[in-house]
Amino acid sequence: MAKKKVSPVWTVLLGILAVLYVYPVIMILFNSLKKETAISTSTAFQLPNAASFNGLSNYLDALGAKGFLQSFGYSLFITLSSVALILLCCSMCAWYITRVHSGVSRLMYLLCVFSMVVPFQMVMFTLSQTADQLKLNTPWNICIIYLGFGAGLAVFMFSGFVKGIPLEIEEAAMIDGCNPVQIFFRIVVPILKPTMISVAILQAMWVWNDYLLPTLVLDIKKYRTIPMLIQYFRGSYGRVEMGPMMACIMLTVLPIIVFYLACQKYIIEGVVAGAVKG
Amino acid sequence: MKKALAILLALALALSLAACGGGASSTPAASTPADGGSAPAAPAEGGKVYYLNFKPEQDPQWQALAKSYTEQTGVPVTVVTAASGQYETTLMAEMGKTDAPTLFQVNGPVGLANWKDYCYDLTGSQIMGDLTNESFALKEGDATLGVAYVVESYGLITNKTLLDKAGYTIDDIKSFADLKKVAEDITARSGELGFAAFSSAGMDGSSDWRFKTHLANLPIYFEYKADGIGSTDAIKGTYLDQYRAIWDLYINNSTCKPAELSAKTGDDSRNEFLAGEAVFFQNGSWEYGNLVGEGKFTDDDLAMIPIYIGGENEATQGLCTGTENYWCVNKEADPADIQATLDFIYWCVSSEEGTAAMANEMGFVIPFKNAVESPNLFVKQDVAMTAAGLIPVSWNFPTMPSEEWKNGVGSALTVYAADQTDANWDAVVTAFVDGWASEYAMLQG
Amino acid sequence: MEKTLKRYFPLFVLPTLAAFIIGFILPFGEGLYLSLCRFTTVGNAKFTGFSNFIAAFGDESFAHSFWFTVSFAVVNTVLINVAAFAVALLLTRGIKGTNLFRTVFFMPNLIGGIVLGYIWNILINCLLSIVEQPLLQLNTTAGYWGMIVLTAWQQVGYMMIIYIAGLQNVSPDLIEAAQIDGASSWKTLFSVKIPMVMPSITICLFLTITNSFKLFDQNLALTGGEPNHATEMLALNIYNTFYARSGPQWKGIGQAKAVVFFVVVVIISLIQLGATRSKEVQQ
Repeated sequence: MAKKKVSPVWTVLLGILAVLYVYPVIMILFNSLKKETAISTSTAFQLPNAASFNGLSNYLDALGAKGFLQSFGYSLFITLSSVALILLCCSMCAWYITRVHSGVSRLMYLLCVFSMVVPFQMVMFTLSQTADQLKLNTPWNICIIYLGFGAGLAVFMFSGFVKGIPLEIEEAAMIDGCNPVQIFFRIVVPILKPTMISVAILQAMWVWNDYLLPTLVLDIKKYRTIPMLIQYFRGSYGRVEMGPMMACIMLTVLPIIVFYLACQKYIIEGVVAGAVKG
Repeated sequence: MKKALAILLALALALSLAACGGGASSTPAASTPADGGSAPAAPAEGGKVYYLNFKPEQDPQWQALAKSYTEQTGVPVTVVTAASGQYETTLMAEMGKTDAPTLFQVNGPVGLANWKDYCYDLTGSQIMGDLTNESFALKEGDATLGVAYVVESYGLITNKTLLDKAGYTIDDIKSFADLKKVAEDITARSGELGFAAFSSAGMDGSSDWRFKTHLANLPIYFEYKADGIGSTDAIKGTYLDQYRAIWDLYINNSTCKPAELSAKTGDDSRNEFLAGEAVFFQNGSWEYGNLVGEGKFTDDDLAMIPIYIGGENEATQGLCTGTENYWCVNKEADPADIQATLDFIYWCVSSEEGTAAMANEMGFVIPFKNAVESPNLFVKQDVAMTAAGLIPVSWNFPTMPSEEWKNGVGSALTVYAADQTDANWDAVVTAFVDGWASEYAMLQG
Repeated sequence: MEKTLKRYFPLFVLPTLAAFIIGFILPFGEGLYLSLCRFTTVGNAKFTGFSNFIAAFGDESFAHSFWFTVSFAVVNTVLINVAAFAVALLLTRGIKGTNLFRTVFFMPNLIGGIVLGYIWNILINCLLSIVEQPLLQLNTTAGYWGMIVLTAWQQVGYMMIIYIAGLQNVSPDLIEAAQIDGASSWKTLFSVKIPMVMPSITICLFLTITNSFKLFDQNLALTGGEPNHATEMLALNIYNTFYARSGPQWKGIGQAKAVVFFVVVVIISLIQLGATRSKEVQQ
């Protein structure tokens, strides 16, 4: 089919829309380069000029004062460990409950579907108390909570794809003398790879940006994640350290954008795959 | 890439096993006890302190002080600062945990009502013995449940250089009538002078507390004083006409039009003052660090004068001085932790290092007998004024019924600022008087 | 093989199950029970029956936040889906720079709700101060539309991706056939394209509705429920009931509100499930 040429007006319109889309981030970037006194509510749209330009000193403040790098490290570690744990445990679990037809399997599947619907506020208080009692309140083991709360979607998605894998391949491997662990890692995992990427992307987006769960569960005496840290630029008498706060926002946003531009293909495919099944 | 993933997976698995297996306790490793250093007070055996701090500005100083205390005594002190506006939610969440804060704060009698079940009775403790003024103890019946740890002052911060340019000195302002004359004269000549009398009285959330709470304290103070009471569940609003007069003065002699006030923030107001666009800036001693420093003002440029609204005896009216920061010790905590906490706060307000840190680093004036003189200009002024016989205006906003009440007054003030009619002022009066009664009724109900 | 695999239950399922019990089943069960109790910690719960629910329904702020959320969800769902579908249509017609546009529109999804809230807070306050209107904290209307714009900005890209995938699966033959029959492009859109992407539409509708109902981070960071709880949505109202109100009665009421919230979300999901099922039967 010969595609009809689309009028260039649309391109221009979309172009304008795209500029508006990135503007908020650009605005923060410009303001993060201004001197503290030059940042006020009504001048946020102005570009920095010679008088208000402050170089990178806001960035140095943001990096130095509030333990930004530490928080960044915690956020990164929590995200990586949680996603890794979810991928491993949930794919194994999903394979098992799809292949073994028992009451437990069915129940597990139904519970997973159910858990996707439950809003976090329903369990927020009890979960934070449980986590506190079990000492699951450090960045090193909070991934267990994430596994528990994220299992629903992951098991659901993995099951959907495992169902599509022909049983014959696994049975042939079994006859060749493989045990289930070998079958899983040598045969099932490679087939599941695209799904793994989808699940990893969706879960990573959730865990990295999550605010309420770490706020309530983590031991705030010692650990803060990035979304928690942003809150600390406000003082008790209404004073906001606008410069460092905006620098901190940029430092949070930039790595995500770079990561996104690098892995765009996988991210977009992951979203599509997740949506079709979810 | 594959390898990295495999390693990560293995790591995650190992972690989850480790965590499931042991439930390993993750108590903070207490730093090594001091080697023979003179411990200020005998540290309680095995006790630890967890302080949930309210003031984000002083977080680094508290961390440093806590670290130093731990180095000297071996008692682990953890200081956590709640994000601004989240103190109550953070405290609530932390109190539910096994390692709850041992030291927290309330803002006065109204705040205490929510937390009194958690407050250890401080009667007879060392820190109470050092308190210079009984009025800084927060009592409930016979029990002392809280103790103020910082005294602050607020008033009209004045740019003396600009005032001089306008042809006045701070000695010309001794009453509301004087203030009005000066402010209106500056406004009349603002084109020629290039600055305004007052920095913008922004009614955004970062600034509105200066008026709905701090300025509103003055009519309440004069009413309490006239009636000889310290709190009430039914305010009469005797001095609301004066409240209107000072508010009119602020908004009509400002850097911006009254209708724009609702769009101004605390930062805007401070920046106007820093840029020399206004002579007066209503704020408190806590602003000192933001105003004085490199590229900003020096002590010689500034003064804080009382907020005159036309009450009685203006000749002896001082700055508004008081506190809304009271320490409370968590009585649900382990007895050893309670003792450790009591030792810690006593050390803060009595030892050389503690008092120095509170005065110099944090800029606090503490109501205890070993207090060190603060370098804060406004604090020094308050001391000088009191010594000269001026009577400080006490802080009565801890007796305001609720945040809800302050918000009601705040929005009515904003509406009135945009359109200064009697009807709109009546709405302020209603919010002030009727709102007070209904909020108190809810408190008791 | 099933038999052999069955023996491996502890290895394959147990870790997930254990975490699932800790992270979900146990807190959920406790939550249900606690909604009928007066408590400050899980340990000191006292059974009080349905009084929490009565108090929750009598709480004006809860009712207000419920209707506020419903109104928000409706406007938001329509706006996001219409915009996302329109952009997706344009981007599947071979416009120059399709990839660039797709990249740009999807980007805000990766930024967390708290950060987005702060960014838009600064932006909207600046706009408001230029047109001399009250700032967000005093301005319910601006708070409402601010949240609509913010969530649209964030989610249009996500839904657009799903619509693009749906539109790309529409067989070109069908469209060509319609065009040969003389159908206008509007007619093609409504009688060929939209019915063919119905599955994508149901998914997107479901996602936007549940996202709107569960919205929390953006609400907290953009308006914080100000002024005076007027822009407080359900999730934030529950959070505030739990953690901002002191007094032993509030936790139980908060938990009861959470149960009501949960039931509402389940009902929406069931309706959605029914809709999807009936669509699948048709195809």
